[in-house]
Amino acid sequence: MDEALKKQLQVTACKVRMGIIEGVYNAKSGHPGGSLSIADTLTYLYFAKMNIYPDKPDLPDRDRLVLSKGHTAPALYSTLAQRGYFDVEELKSLRHVGALLQGHPCIHIPGVDMSSGSLGQGISAAAGMALSGKISSQPYKVYAILGDGEIEEGQVWEAAMFAAHYQLDNLVAIVDNNGLQIDGKISDVCSPYPITDKFKAFGWHVIEMDAHDFDSIEKAFNEAETVSQMPVAIIQKSVKGKGVSFMEDQVSWHGTAPNAEQYAAAMEELENTLKGLEG
Amino acid sequence: MSDVVKIATRESYGNALAELGDKYENLYVLDADLAAATKTGIFKKKFPDRFFDCGIAEANMMGVAAGLAATGKIPFASSFAMFAAGRAFEIVRNSIGYPHLNVKIGATHAGISVGEDGATHQCNEDIALMRTIPGMTIINPADDVEARAAVAAAVEYVGPVYMRFGRLAVPVFNDKDSYKFELGKGIQLRQGSDITIIATGLMVNEALIAADTLKEQGISARVINIHTIKPIDREIIAKAAAETKLIVTVEEHSIIGGLGSAVTEVVCEECPCKVVRIGVNDEFGCSGPAVELLKKFGLSSENIIKTVRQLLNK
Repeated sequence: MDEALKKQLQVTACKVRMGIIEGVYNAKSGHPGGSLSIADTLTYLYFAKMNIYPDKPDLPDRDRLVLSKGHTAPALYSTLAQRGYFDVEELKSLRHVGALLQGHPCIHIPGVDMSSGSLGQGISAAAGMALSGKISSQPYKVYAILGDGEIEEGQVWEAAMFAAHYQLDNLVAIVDNNGLQIDGKISDVCSPYPITDKFKAFGWHVIEMDAHDFDSIEKAFNEAETVSQMPVAIIQKSVKGKGVSFMEDQVSWHGTAPNAEQYAAAMEELENTLKGLEG
Repeated sequence: MSDVVKIATRESYGNALAELGDKYENLYVLDADLAAATKTGIFKKKFPDRFFDCGIAEANMMGVAAGLAATGKIPFASSFAMFAAGRAFEIVRNSIGYPHLNVKIGATHAGISVGEDGATHQCNEDIALMRTIPGMTIINPADDVEARAAVAAAVEYVGPVYMRFGRLAVPVFNDKDSYKFELGKGIQLRQGSDITIIATGLMVNEALIAADTLKEQGISARVINIHTIKPIDREIIAKAAAETKLIVTVEEHSIIGGLGSAVTEVVCEECPCKVVRIGVNDEFGCSGPAVELLKKFGLSSENIIKTVRQLLNK
């Protein structure tokens, strides 16, 4: 990847992370861990990959993204705010009564392509959108982001079968493999491994990616575009809580908001990261 | 009576889709390996490129329908009521109802008249389930004429619609030239002042037979057909409650949560009077020929007559 672009994306991803912390802190609830693990991927997609129009969020030919792991809405909202879909200030009222930003993605929020959050459902809607694009020969791509715990849901595999059967090569499912779910390690709870082999067996083209390395991210999404007649699964190896050291790889940060002290520490760390990048 | 035409409303569904397919190029049909039974096969034959089989995977089918609707298509997702409303309930709620997407659900093989397949496939709970989803429109047509009109109205309406069809061939009593379907409006089929029989789906014809017999016995029974269970026609129900002060509801569905419950809610709020519910009581169905089962579970003109006479002490 071009070094200037990489630097720019790193800066934006850091701001996205700050927005996640800001939102979850002000909501006094939410899911920081899995939001931080997808921040780089979302940043890449919305700032370097997707064909989107923040001033015209409903344009029919736009690329679409369904956050199937909808509990990590703070990451999507923060990315959309950075991209100009709505004011960054909105993040401060996340999950508040009467606020724009609901606890899980809602289709009525500018830039949100599908309501989601009940796990396993977003991938089906994404497959429907991809099928629709094929039917009408529209050029758009559909991205769906799933949790590695989420793929324990049976509906994911119904959708996987369907997408392969209808050769939806305009569909890219990203599985966020941070290895943790609410009750512990995914390998301990009810293991969905081997993830790569499962998607291959279902007739998908599978790519493995480092979720926190923009070179790897760019390479994976570029490869996805070369695939024809098969849907693409990108298994991204990620770190839950990435970017805030005391949250990294800690299952306890799956669905807990930071207190005032932790908020200050997280923001200070991210500000230092930002200074380092911009300095 | 021998020249009464009988058609199953699932047949009407398939035929209506095939007919409407010409007019609406944006109409797509999904099924979950039941096209021969739901009769969407009729559409498939005519428009193979606009039909998508999802296999035996109803949850995914509802999600795919949501995705099609979110990108401007009008999908009709079809399966048996048990799976469309039952198995896929939460997907219908969260992926279709919450985003209020323009998905039409064609649910066939509803109720006890599924017959021999028995309790696992006799869905007597679908109306109750669908009623709880905010913004969901529910239509339960009574015969071929009404069913075809209902499908046409569903395409025109923007928003999620649940349509309920039956497996059993039932008499066509509506006149196709004069019949007019209006979403959310009940139809008064018989005048009456002693009692009102409010029926839905294939029980409407039974209610008509009952009212005509009761008339010969000197009882004036009003008959109202409620094809749209939600939003329900409050006005026609309140008027009947005020004028006849006694109501019997009849449905091929559990008495819990269906037409009987919906009517009772309106009557309690608008004009309290006694309401007696005829339907499937708090029990599962069983195997047997459909017509015999309808009699066994009291879903017959005979039981309506008996109930009305008891209520009027006659």
